[in-house]
Amino acid sequence: MVARRLADESVQPASFAFSAENAKWAEWMIALYPAGRQQSAVIPLLMRAQDQDGWVSRATIETIADMLGMAYIRVLEVATFYTQFQLQPVGSRAHIQVCGTTPCMLRGAGDLIAICKSKIHHDPHHLNADGTMSWEEVECAGACVNAPMITIHHDTYEDLTAERFEAIVDAFAVGKGDTIKPGPQIGRLYSAAEGGQTTLLVKPTAKREKFIPPAPPEAVVAAAPAVASAPTTAAKPKAVSAESTPAIKGTPKATTIPTAKAEFERKAADVAAKANSEPNKAVRPKATGVESAAGKVDGGKVSGKVPTAKPVTKKADKGTLFTAPAGAADDLKLISGVSPVLEGKLNALGIIQWSQIAAFTADEITKVDDALNFKGRITRDDWIKQAAALAKGGEAEYVRVFGKKLR
Amino acid sequence: MLADKDRIFTNLYGQHDRTLAGARERGAWVGTKEFIESGQDWITNEIKASGLRGRGGAGFPTALKWTFMSKVNDGRPHYLLVNADESEPGTCKDRDILRHDPHHLVEGCLLAARAMDAHLAFIYVRGEFIRERQHLERAVEEAYEAKLIGKDNIHGWDLDIIIHHGAGAYICGEETALMESLEGKKGQPRLKPPFPAGMGVYGNPTTVNNVESIAVVPEILRRSGAWFASIGRANNTGTKLMCVSGHVNKPATFEEAMGESFKDIIEKHCGGIRGGWDNLLAVIPGGASVPCVPGEKIQNVIVDFDGLKEAGSSLGTAAIIVMDKQTDIIKAIWRLSAFYKHESCGQCTPCREGTGWMMRVMERMVEGRAQKREIDMLFEVTKQIEGHTICALGDAAAWPIQGLIRNFRHVLEERIDQYTYSSTSDGAVPSMAAE
Repeated sequence: MVARRLADESVQPASFAFSAENAKWAEWMIALYPAGRQQSAVIPLLMRAQDQDGWVSRATIETIADMLGMAYIRVLEVATFYTQFQLQPVGSRAHIQVCGTTPCMLRGAGDLIAICKSKIHHDPHHLNADGTMSWEEVECAGACVNAPMITIHHDTYEDLTAERFEAIVDAFAVGKGDTIKPGPQIGRLYSAAEGGQTTLLVKPTAKREKFIPPAPPEAVVAAAPAVASAPTTAAKPKAVSAESTPAIKGTPKATTIPTAKAEFERKAADVAAKANSEPNKAVRPKATGVESAAGKVDGGKVSGKVPTAKPVTKKADKGTLFTAPAGAADDLKLISGVSPVLEGKLNALGIIQWSQIAAFTADEITKVDDALNFKGRITRDDWIKQAAALAKGGEAEYVRVFGKKLR
Repeated sequence: MLADKDRIFTNLYGQHDRTLAGARERGAWVGTKEFIESGQDWITNEIKASGLRGRGGAGFPTALKWTFMSKVNDGRPHYLLVNADESEPGTCKDRDILRHDPHHLVEGCLLAARAMDAHLAFIYVRGEFIRERQHLERAVEEAYEAKLIGKDNIHGWDLDIIIHHGAGAYICGEETALMESLEGKKGQPRLKPPFPAGMGVYGNPTTVNNVESIAVVPEILRRSGAWFASIGRANNTGTKLMCVSGHVNKPATFEEAMGESFKDIIEKHCGGIRGGWDNLLAVIPGGASVPCVPGEKIQNVIVDFDGLKEAGSSLGTAAIIVMDKQTDIIKAIWRLSAFYKHESCGQCTPCREGTGWMMRVMERMVEGRAQKREIDMLFEVTKQIEGHTICALGDAAAWPIQGLIRNFRHVLEERIDQYTYSSTSDGAVPSMAAE
């Protein structure tokens, strides 16, 4: 950051007032923002004041603070933070802002700065001998393809050479700045390549060709964003992978489903499933580790219609291992090693009670292990002993057997 | 290579009329009413189908961002905030949209506002873009006069557009700093969460989008998302405005399809590298905040999000800064350090102090007035800054230096050797003394 101070008291004017025209404009500008938000107008007002006087004085800051009902310090903060505000008098005929950032530096901004030093003043922000000119080096002014460039008042002068720049400085110094045409100084069309543009050679029309998607078999792979190999994770935020709605049917209220909510839904579905004596398959697609479906709209066949959501369904053959017994479902998560995701999978397999796990045979353990895709977890965490304790006496028994509280 | 008929910004070089009448001749504001009537979901889904990723640098899917705006209206107004604070060194694409094709942006604002239930849009133009802002203001006036936007307009979706501007602070390109600045404060980034979609400008839900992201929306809807998705590689779809600056024969801004190779793009649009391809030293491919790529590695790299990520850099804003072998690369990176030092907002200590510290060490590295162990120390310090600040400016300041050390360490060491040699042969330790 740059430390910026107000100019010395000796140059500060006693008062500031907008011209009649500018005062009217300021009123309009303030009214533009929502009621009570007039503070938003502070930058535009300061800028208009600077356009009027050439720089921002203490009186300007105080006047504008009064207009907007702001504390002086808040406006002072703004005036010192934003480097486009000149806090000291600038040259009456021109204040030259030379862009010195890398793209301009590469194309010779250093030469322009040297010319400023020799022709105007050794130091930036200082007036020349007769007070008509001043200069400063600014950071990127956003005309990099036309580097090097300078800004004077509202206009930019681009594609400069040392000779051309000297001529411009001389013209402004004698008050003939208006003879210089702003923009590129080498007869090129704005940001188009020198010597003729390489694109937009055909006169544009309002007619649009109807787009026909490429023919399906081979071409569709190229056209479909998500079907092709290796979807990128570049710049994909964390929230996306937790996104569980495959297509936006309207705006999801929350993008990440809170665990508690998912759990509640699962429980509800569980109860419903038991009523039909069927295993509960209502597992959030998230639970299966499905990636965000961003861009996976309509499986690539984009038709401009609202795509229908295709929830991921579980493979049916795994659901036949067990039959869910009658009675209320236990909270399998109390078993150390069973996550909400695993609980969902177990439920889908038809395992809903502790007693079922306690009664696993070695053969069943292998099967469940395979189904869960977690080799060895059941024996490693000793689910059977845990489940047996829980089935026998709930939490109290668990604490007694294991000597520690439930997680 | 993209054909002219597939270009979105048909008046990029200002050779045609930029007013409403001219824009209409080029197809702007055609079918807008129909799109608005098709409703929020249709617009969002079409943009989603297009695979459009944000053009401001991070490449976040635009449609997804829109869906973060809560659909259930809790009484707070929704805002669209268009980020036209284009200050990334090397980047000047939005400038040409604002000054020559402003109606693309105005129409895009209306459609995007419909997609996120907003009735007020802010366009925050950087303070230095004065003529550009005037052109945009004129375009908005024209749209009001023709009742294309405003209350009770012909499209049936009320939208007011306020054009706001900054005053030369790079940090205001960061979305939360942008909102602070819009509220009339210093542009210091806010902590997230709360995210702008929940609590943005004036505490109301806000979505911040880049100018280019919004300005391509009308054309995508007119030609269908599938059309946009058919250009470029999977997940990197569409056309992109690219700005090539630095040591190419003819620097230029142009619209090109994503997924072309670096060499093809430079040859076609910029007349090749100054002094030929053998003279290419390094390229900063996405605006100042991305790491540089050595010349020999970049030539066949595909210019899109994934292609440049593989090359160890990033597409950023597709602002390509080319440096040939006559460049003093250390000085070029030092100048970026000076830029970040100047633009740090001063809120977080690692960035406020670190950017100045890095700049001062880099200043010595330019001369070679340093110890070789300081190269590692500098690298270590960049790692201490990266990721330890509220916004990404700290990271952005660290990456160019990391890229320099990673790829051009030998240049730094040679410079130090040279300095040491000079100082012992004819400077600090005069050889004459021994005789």
